Amino acid sequence: MKEKILSIKADLTTKLESIKTLSELNDLRVLFLGKKGPIQELSGMMGTLSIEDKKELGSLLNGLKNEVTEALDLMKNKLELEALNSNLIKDAIDITLPGTKVHAGGIHPITKIIDEVEELFVSMGYDVVEGPEVELDLFNFEKLNLPKGHPARDSQDSFYISDEVLLRTQTSPVQARTMEANLEKGPIRIICPGKVYRRDSDDATHSHQFYQIEGLVIDTDISMADLKGTLEVFAKKLFGEAREVRFRPSFFPFTEPSIEVDVSCFKCGGTGCSLCKNNGWIEILGAGMVHPNVLRASGYDPKKYTGFAFGMGPERIAMLKYGVNDVRHFYTNDMRFLNDFNRTDGGDQ
Amino acid sequence: MRLSKSFLNDFIDIKDLDFKDIATKMVLAGNEYESITKISNATNLVIGEVLECIKHPESNHLSVCKVNIGTETKQIICGAPNVAVGQKVIVAKVGAILPGNVEIKAAKFAGLDSEGMICSMAELGIESKYLNPADKDGIHVLDPSAPIGQDAIKYLGFDDEVIDFELTSNRADLLSIIGMAYEVGAIYNRKVVLPVNTYEETESDINRSYKIDVQTDNCPMYLGKVVSNIVVKESPNFIKTRLIASGIRPINNVVDISNYVMLEYGQPLHFFDADLLGNKIIVRMAKDKETITTLDGVNRSLKASDIVIANETEVVALAGVMGGLKTEITPNTKQIFIESAIFNPMNIRYTAKNILRSEASNRFEKGLDPLRSEMAINRACYLLNKYANGAILKGEVCYDSIPKQPKVIVIKLAKINSVLGMILRLDEVLDVFNRLGFTVTGDDELEVIIPSRRTDISIVEDLIEEVGRIISYNNVIGKMPIVSIKPGKYSKRALMIKELRHLLNSLGLNQVITYSLISESEINKFVPIKHDEIVLLNPMSEDRKLMRQSLLSGLLGVYEYNTARSVTDVNIFEIGSVYYLDNGTHEDTTISGLLSGNYLTNDWQGKTIKADFYLVKGIIENMMRYMGLNNRYSFSSVNIPKDYHPTRSASLIIDNQVIGYLGQVHPSMTKKEVYIFELNLDLLMSFKVHEIKYKEVSKYPGINKDLAFVVDKSVTSQEIMSVIKQVGGRLLTNLDVFDVYEGSNVLANEKSIAYSLTFEDPTKTLNDEEVTNLVNKIISEVETKTSAKLRTK
Repeated sequence: MKEKILSIKADLTTKLESIKTLSELNDLRVLFLGKKGPIQELSGMMGTLSIEDKKELGSLLNGLKNEVTEALDLMKNKLELEALNSNLIKDAIDITLPGTKVHAGGIHPITKIIDEVEELFVSMGYDVVEGPEVELDLFNFEKLNLPKGHPARDSQDSFYISDEVLLRTQTSPVQARTMEANLEKGPIRIICPGKVYRRDSDDATHSHQFYQIEGLVIDTDISMADLKGTLEVFAKKLFGEAREVRFRPSFFPFTEPSIEVDVSCFKCGGTGCSLCKNNGWIEILGAGMVHPNVLRASGYDPKKYTGFAFGMGPERIAMLKYGVNDVRHFYTNDMRFLNDFNRTDGGDQ
Repeated sequence: MRLSKSFLNDFIDIKDLDFKDIATKMVLAGNEYESITKISNATNLVIGEVLECIKHPESNHLSVCKVNIGTETKQIICGAPNVAVGQKVIVAKVGAILPGNVEIKAAKFAGLDSEGMICSMAELGIESKYLNPADKDGIHVLDPSAPIGQDAIKYLGFDDEVIDFELTSNRADLLSIIGMAYEVGAIYNRKVVLPVNTYEETESDINRSYKIDVQTDNCPMYLGKVVSNIVVKESPNFIKTRLIASGIRPINNVVDISNYVMLEYGQPLHFFDADLLGNKIIVRMAKDKETITTLDGVNRSLKASDIVIANETEVVALAGVMGGLKTEITPNTKQIFIESAIFNPMNIRYTAKNILRSEASNRFEKGLDPLRSEMAINRACYLLNKYANGAILKGEVCYDSIPKQPKVIVIKLAKINSVLGMILRLDEVLDVFNRLGFTVTGDDELEVIIPSRRTDISIVEDLIEEVGRIISYNNVIGKMPIVSIKPGKYSKRALMIKELRHLLNSLGLNQVITYSLISESEINKFVPIKHDEIVLLNPMSEDRKLMRQSLLSGLLGVYEYNTARSVTDVNIFEIGSVYYLDNGTHEDTTISGLLSGNYLTNDWQGKTIKADFYLVKGIIENMMRYMGLNNRYSFSSVNIPKDYHPTRSASLIIDNQVIGYLGQVHPSMTKKEVYIFELNLDLLMSFKVHEIKYKEVSKYPGINKDLAFVVDKSVTSQEIMSVIKQVGGRLLTNLDVFDVYEGSNVLANEKSIAYSLTFEDPTKTLNDEEVTNLVNKIISEVETKTSAKLRTK
């Protein structure tokens, strides 16, 4: 009997070696474990044995059954893995062929700058406020300390709709409107982006339509140090942590004192290069302390309140930051130009 | 304003200073400049004398000259027609570098050696606008007294450096060399020295022969003096050179002196030929339509806002802007009447704008120092006496209504520090005022007396600016404002625009920005309801004349620009305003898009999604869902505006209001298939939308059924779908079209539309019988309410 068991094992080992497919393996399983198989045959003989022999043989037979099943399962796993592997090879693709052109749209570069500026100032508690583009002379000029006939109006040649209505030449009228609308005449912190228009011929550096972002802070104790601190934060955010800010005296009718603001050149770091025309500084915006006449014109008491205002051109910032050499590119909207900006900015921020 | 170093040095000693350093410090004090140059940067030029000049044997227009240049005599071939023996000339020696980097080399002209060049003014780099006719056509001939062998550039004063300032419009005081001297003096803490203009006067008194009558408030000051025995001739070199350095063309000694004094003092003067002027000078406003022939020979019709100078018969000058032809200074003028006046800047500004902006009108417009009027007229007399042989009549005709008490501003140190955000000491502030020439009294409340030249300073803040700019804002230490903390916020509209931009980006559309101003031929395009246009009174061009009422002509322009450059896949959108009049001006926020070409491609797989109506519709539906307007909108094919393809376009409707349109551009406008949409965003945002609320997804399995109907081609899918939805009720959770068929299996006028329906009950598992009953009901209702028939095969 023991010999019989040994020979069954040997027979299985031999037969397994020649198995190639899962169906052959299945046949083999039937052959050994099926009703007519040798193991079943041996079990049938059990009834004729003594109790001791039954015990001994029973356990031998069980052992044999387990061993056969295990060997068959092992073979099954092996064959299945081989089948899977051969299918995977048939699945092979050329991963160097081009991918499907899935185009994601992008934000216009000017909007990108405006968004960045807005988000910075909103994070400092400024509200984003907008105003009309077709504006009254009253808000665009007069309430900003630019009465009719003021020589400074020359630098902002305007498109007029009527004697009293024009396309705004600056976003500053939003200041006047906001101050006017604030009935408590209390503190204000706003940032005002928008389109403005000037009667200029379009060329590489001029556009009859462009954007401005105006900022205004009014409170009881605002000084030029606050203005400088605020613009330092701005310059570092937009042009990099290492940037410094320089104030140069200037003149705007709606601020007094007025300044032009330069940042240390972000290309050369201030040593001088073609971008900064070798002087290490790049002019980026105009600013100043709100003129008492402007405060007064909108009902604020200049004895109680002071404030600062600043205005910048997103086109100029985009041109400097991205190296665009012609402002008209922003308005011709060449897809190839726009697509260049369709990515995150890796600048040192 | 151009500032020459030698001219400046007349009033303040700056010889030892580097002019570049002055320019840099001026910038930091608020005075920007464009350039710093020399009048001429030619090198190696000497004064020579032409000893011999004969015609070149081989050439008609060349002369062979022997020129003594001090150390030696050179043979120079010269092409100028005016070269002659005995002239003192400017010789560029071999090795000289002329402007434009022209190097003079020894050369042969028609076989003869030439060692150098005799120069014209143009060859020295002097612009032709500064040259008299002789200098334009030939070499420059120097004064006979010019010393042979000396540096010609130095002799002419052309080594003088010039800064070209771009001044801010408030600093009228810097439109004079003396004003510049005060500014430089404040920066370097140096004193300004004004010239002393003393001259003899004749016995006869001007007031005996001349009367002035100022009849308008627009002339607060009018001074006049008369100079006789004038000899009109060329100006001395230093005057000519300084005029050129300052950007003014030298004419003759008399005209040049009037300009020279204007440059020095900032006070424009006008010289009349006194013999043609008459004895009574009237300053008044022009009568409407009154005429004058001005210096430039133009006969001008005047307006009541023009200030004029007149005699008893006619207008003789347009005050501050241009003189009259009749009383002009000519080479024959013997006696001149000098006018030194102040006019209302607004009137001058207005008149000049209509006629001519000049150096003089620019100064009148910006405001003058009343103390300088007197100084300038005396200076002119002094110079006319010295350089034009003039005899000055005793006295002055004078009208002066300007109060002379000085302007005083009271300011506290604390106020200065609180605005500047600095901690300055009193002595530092007093030092600034002292440098600026402001007199101060008091110690807590400082009383600062402002010199009359500083017309720009009138309030405390102006004075604070003076302190800031002289001390330098670089000493301000930045800090963050101490304000109450609050969250910054966007308006609802701005936020929605931001979100929609990102949505459309994610759907593959690029944002563009186009111009708001368009041409008359574009204004009607894609506009469904035409409103009155907003038109510019003063457009720059016909192309940019009216405010757009649709963004689509701009988008179509972008499309055309790109296709012209072989970029044919264009997927763009813009969010901007359209502008019109309807009981006042309106600016409606509009969202528009354009799609053409391929939207998604993989050529080698033969996979392409082209832009078409359904792509645009899908984008709009996506937007509607995003805005919370799902199930609230519908599309209609009636009343499609012109410029849209009449059978491939739709309007978008919410609550019976048309929100906008989508569809193909009318083929008459472009040969390509271009799809567009334009929606009124303000209107879209006006619908009340409920908040996001999660509705539990059904735990029970759904049942899918497919139904196909055959229907006449004219019946829309929407008609069938609305019946299906109505009958399906709440159990019908999804309805979609999965096939549309036209062809041999249906009649020619028919189409088949196949729908897939999903039924779900959130409370239980649906059984097949329930669903079958519902589907049968749907079929019979669709067949009854529309002409559709269930497609059986």
